[in-house]
Amino acid sequence: MTPIQRGILALFLAAPAAALAQQPLTAVEEIERYRAALADGNPAELWEARGEAIWKEKRGPKNASLEQCDLGRGPGVVKGAYTVLPKYFKDTDKVEDLESRLVSCMVMLQGFTPEQAKKDPYGSPGKKVAMDALVAYVTSESRGMKMNVATSHPKEAEAYELGKKMFYFRGGPHDFACATCHGVDNQRIRLQDLPNLTKQEDAQKAYTAWPAYRVSQGELRSFQWRLYDCFRQQRFPELEFVSPASIALTMFLAKNSNGGTFNAPSIKR
Amino acid sequence: MADPMKIRANMVGDKVEVKVLMAHEMETGQRKDAKGATIPAWFIQNVTATHNGKTVLSAEWGPAVAKNPFLSFRFAGGKPGDKVQITWTDNKGDKRTDEATVA
Repeated sequence: MTPIQRGILALFLAAPAAALAQQPLTAVEEIERYRAALADGNPAELWEARGEAIWKEKRGPKNASLEQCDLGRGPGVVKGAYTVLPKYFKDTDKVEDLESRLVSCMVMLQGFTPEQAKKDPYGSPGKKVAMDALVAYVTSESRGMKMNVATSHPKEAEAYELGKKMFYFRGGPHDFACATCHGVDNQRIRLQDLPNLTKQEDAQKAYTAWPAYRVSQGELRSFQWRLYDCFRQQRFPELEFVSPASIALTMFLAKNSNGGTFNAPSIKR
Repeated sequence: MADPMKIRANMVGDKVEVKVLMAHEMETGQRKDAKGATIPAWFIQNVTATHNGKTVLSAEWGPAVAKNPFLSFRFAGGKPGDKVQITWTDNKGDKRTDEATVA
């Protein structure tokens, strides 16, 4: 954006703001104000409530609930579970993020096949899925807690390194890497600030704000969806739901957010 | 069957402030699907709020209201422990009623 364009934009945004406050607001502050105005009635709460009901509901061939699911802090512990994920799990001998762990629990506890458990990863208008709701419920139970992801197990360390490699890997028809947009300060897509995920402060702020209710889509979007859509925007091959690659990239980003206070499900434009 | 509403009712000064989130698609009837066919209109038409059985708010809504709508209002004469009941009816005749206690 040229300085002249920026000036015009500033004028444009300043006009309505000036009536309310003396100081003209920057574009970023305007967006923050918009988010704050929306935050009070965040429809993510509807997903959280539905997720809690699904968590306790007896489902699947074994007619069992997910209440004994071990999300990383012991069977049945939901409080704070999201702050330690992704994590290595002995029973599956894999590093799992929240979504893949939920799939594992649906398979182990409820008797679904992996295909059934993974069938509907993302909701769309008119199609409500259990996964979104469960993600909303579990993550809401970590609100206000500090991210604390470990890489002490060799497989966790391996996933982190793989995720890091993916973050900087350039490819696809645009010759893009995640780092192309998310490794530089002050990058934007239209009016959306892109966090520089190589910086701790930005990484914390970004990771702890997902999942989120997207106003423009009217849906609650999980972190798996966020990565899936980043891959689509980069014109990379489709990122398969709960694939080892998706978990590795999540591991890299989650670990980099350690120490940040988790504050989601949030609301985004 | 529609999903439950999320209702909060709190005293703010001498008034009761009610905040309601409703789960609804709120289709305008103007949009088309991937095949080009019109997606039929489907939206909440009537909303009523009652306080201990007495109507304190009655609204007629149209397709301009957003998906998963949020409604906030205040009324006088309530006290902690009172019941606030919200009911919506959509254009397909589907209905949902939920209740909250004033805190």
